[in-house]
Amino acid sequence: MSEVIVVTSGKGGVGKTTTSANVGTGLAAMGKKVLLIDTDIGLRNLDVVMGLENRIVYNLVDVVEGNCRVKQALIRDKRYPTLFLLPSAQTRDKSAVNPAQMVKMINHLKDQFDYIILDCPAGIEQGFQNAIAGADRALVVTTPEVSAIRDADRIIGLLEANEIHKIDLVINRIRHDMIKRGDMMSSADVVDILSLPLIGMVPDDENVVIATNQGEPLVGSNTLAGKAYQNICYRVLGKEVPFMDLEKGISFWAKVSGIFHKG
Amino acid sequence: MFKNILKRKSSREIAKDRLKILLISDRVNCSPEMMEMIKNDIAKVISKYMKIDTQTMEIQITKTGSKGRSLKNPTLYANIPILDLKQ
Repeated sequence: MSEVIVVTSGKGGVGKTTTSANVGTGLAAMGKKVLLIDTDIGLRNLDVVMGLENRIVYNLVDVVEGNCRVKQALIRDKRYPTLFLLPSAQTRDKSAVNPAQMVKMINHLKDQFDYIILDCPAGIEQGFQNAIAGADRALVVTTPEVSAIRDADRIIGLLEANEIHKIDLVINRIRHDMIKRGDMMSSADVVDILSLPLIGMVPDDENVVIATNQGEPLVGSNTLAGKAYQNICYRVLGKEVPFMDLEKGISFWAKVSGIFHKG
Repeated sequence: MFKNILKRKSSREIAKDRLKILLISDRVNCSPEMMEMIKNDIAKVISKYMKIDTQTMEIQITKTGSKGRSLKNPTLYANIPILDLKQ
């Protein structure tokens, strides 16, 4: 059974693309067949985060307009043979595609993948409507900041109005040192305000910047963020994984398994 | 900044309090003018039967029940202090 997941946030720059790349890569590493779709027409970025920017021939708009077959536009990932990317168009705008076309394309692709992950653009306009049109469930990404949480709340309302009721929360860029001194809302505060089930807590980790520089998603690596994204993937699959203690840093168990991975 | 220190309220708590108030009005798709009209009409009807305090009465539309985001439909809450039941 395949599942179509939209990664959305309302506000820009909170980590939608990073979350999409890492969840997609993580699920593929777990043996699932995954398609990542960049729906941010005009501002494509998922390709660079994945390190696949040099392989693009056709894009989402080409598929929708019938300039190519869907298969021709899918880029196979460098690392995982079951991971594919459908890049967005860079020279067009959001109005090049409509929600009905998205639904049609997703329904066509659905039975070929275990997971289709849609990286949603910021905002609540047509790009957002396109991204959520074919989705079964949503991951709402926010940071522990007033503006991001306000936008997330608006997005949650719009998802519910569009009959998407399976919505989970990813809290990104958590800084435990700031929470400890009372200068940042904790995950519990954010969950309390948004009343959504929490699926992931990702610490503010400089390794994310390094990974993006290199075009290599860090999911599964022996870093705090890498471990956090891997846990999100397990929870997407329905497995119960305890939340990391961000204060202690990498847990003892992660260190042990890290040693085994290296060996 | 100094005000915050005097109040001994952390920026975390300030953010939380501000958001809670902000989201109540964000979640309501109802203009303040319309809310005022509804409030006045409700006051008019109830006033036929009992004496109420129209100055302190409050009405609010919310989607959040006592257990968070649990209500399927938005609900109108009215808080109307009764001054005198027999009129």
